[in-house]
Amino acid sequence: MGAQPLMRIENLVKHFHVRLGAFGERAATVHALDDISFEILEGETLSLVGESGCGKSTTGFTLLNLHKATEGKVLYQGKNIVELDEKAMRPYRRQLQIVFQAPYSTLNPRMTIGEAVGEPILFHKLSTKAELKDRISTLLADVGLPPRFASRYPHELSGGQRQRVAIARALACQPKFIVCDEAISALDVSVQAQIINLLLDLQQKYGLTYLFIAHDLAVVRHISDRVGVMYLGRLAELTSREELFDNPLHPYTKALLSAVPEADPSHERSRRRQVLQGDVPSPLSPPSGCRFHTRCPIAMDICGKVVPEWREALPGHHVACHAVTEGLSGKGGLSG
Amino acid sequence: MTTIKTGERLLDVKGLTIEIETRNGPATIVDNINLHVDKGETLGVVGESGCGKSLTMLSLMRLLPNKIRVTKGSAHFAGRDLQTMSNSDLRKVRGGDVGFVFQDPMTSLNPVMRIGQQLAEPLIYHRNMNKAQARKRAGELLKLVGIPGAEDRLDAYPHELSGGMRQRVMIAIGLACNPQLLIADEPTTALDVTIQAQIVDLVKELRDKLGMSVVWITHDLALIAGLVDRVAVLYAGTVVEDAPVDDLFARPAHPYTQGLLASIPKLSDERASRLSSIGGTPPEPGRRPRGCPFAPRCPLVEAICHEKVPALEGLPHSGAHRVACFVAHRKLEAA
Repeated sequence: MGAQPLMRIENLVKHFHVRLGAFGERAATVHALDDISFEILEGETLSLVGESGCGKSTTGFTLLNLHKATEGKVLYQGKNIVELDEKAMRPYRRQLQIVFQAPYSTLNPRMTIGEAVGEPILFHKLSTKAELKDRISTLLADVGLPPRFASRYPHELSGGQRQRVAIARALACQPKFIVCDEAISALDVSVQAQIINLLLDLQQKYGLTYLFIAHDLAVVRHISDRVGVMYLGRLAELTSREELFDNPLHPYTKALLSAVPEADPSHERSRRRQVLQGDVPSPLSPPSGCRFHTRCPIAMDICGKVVPEWREALPGHHVACHAVTEGLSGKGGLSG
Repeated sequence: MTTIKTGERLLDVKGLTIEIETRNGPATIVDNINLHVDKGETLGVVGESGCGKSLTMLSLMRLLPNKIRVTKGSAHFAGRDLQTMSNSDLRKVRGGDVGFVFQDPMTSLNPVMRIGQQLAEPLIYHRNMNKAQARKRAGELLKLVGIPGAEDRLDAYPHELSGGMRQRVMIAIGLACNPQLLIADEPTTALDVTIQAQIVDLVKELRDKLGMSVVWITHDLALIAGLVDRVAVLYAGTVVEDAPVDDLFARPAHPYTQGLLASIPKLSDERASRLSSIGGTPPEPGRRPRGCPFAPRCPLVEAICHEKVPALEGLPHSGAHRVACFVAHRKLEAA
């Protein structure tokens, strides 16, 4: 691809301290993110997938310094932004935006659409008051809404239209990077496709970089350049879209892909799924060694004891799995 | 598939119409729906939020919320009229001959009752078991739905179980009295994809083992592709297409079904190619257009579509494939 990294994440850790029990008498630590490292390239769509509680949203929040990282670095334009306080962070906030899942709860019900989209423009002093109206109309046009929507309130809009407004609001700051945190998950299928097309158009037009957090693998396969798979606070695998879907290495990735239904009845009926047994363990007390070993169909002795190293197993293909490491060094190649 | 298809009607819904009372008078939310399920058959009911798929199923058991009521139509289960049945007879059907599984197990399970008690309740009520028998059967049911350490789990409360396990408990309750029909309303929507695969496999296996009929309500066409025999597609409170599953995926006839299928990203798509989408949004209940409800969004719309409501009728080449669309019928008849 040859693109430059826009953001480099080094050994990022995020722990939440919580109190449990009816009276909060027990202290505990949620291991939301443990030692994850990756790069986000300029102009790409990098997706993070995984099941609920795997840490994909926490990653998005921590990258934007919305959660304070416990350890590790997030280098944006060479600057470690996790050490910045809110004031020092402000110029970066403009460039780093986020779109959330539920556009009903993220828009202020008492602000018109025009006010909502105009707010970040005024805050960052990106336009004069005189030009503001035009700027708002342009932004609404960018997301496919007519200018008259500026005087409407969120409750007058459908879910898809509200999500367009949320995207316009993120675009208002002329950002470089947008985290889409389950941005299309709450939408109906027919509307979801509209929003995906919109995100793709805007990326082309403004050269945006996306971190796309989603659990729908069919959508992820459609829009991503690269995909990272997370399990219980750790990255299991990260590689190009083609490589991940055609040649998954990690046993968890394989199970995840095999669980995705295809819209093809005869294929579905004849297909043999590799169904994982059991549930995801609690991030309060994650398993030792490889966190997937309790559900892994090919777990070995070492997997419960030693954390597998996050390494580039094949060019551009990172994975953390003892079995893969052994397979590669043992046979000098890989078999399915 | 080992499903037994006898062609015998188990559930037969005709001309069902549901209205909601609003400040501006009654508004139609389900309009003249015809649906049926045969013995041993699995029917998928597909539609987007607000299309009336859940209300239709709730109305069958007379479980509609206040201000929403059935104004027209009939519903028969195993030959008996559900609308005119006495309340005490209907109670025997609910949870007895017809089992339910709802989307959100956290709100459907009683949080202060142990799992075992909640499983035993329908058995004591519908099957006249005593407590000891019911508890034994509850343990068997938990084993049937694949809960590890089933007997030990009988005394657990819902919050002690994970989302997937709670959904298994819901299914066990739905199955408790060996129903002839299981109605599953978005039972996997709140679950992760690997857990969803477990639940789908479980329902398939139990259906084949117990020979029951299933209605699976969902918004996810891909999910039901390998699970159902037939699909009914709902849009804005009407059935727009009803077809055997292979026909529906291979030759969708209604422009809405075509649009839905085309908007699902496929394996063969180029990266970041444009997905085909359906413009606009579904009408709100009470603001249904005159004529075909899909007309305002339809790419094939003609003058007649704004005037008259198309009837759900069999296609010339296959009577089992029914579609409510003037344009589709004219095109296929000309072909």
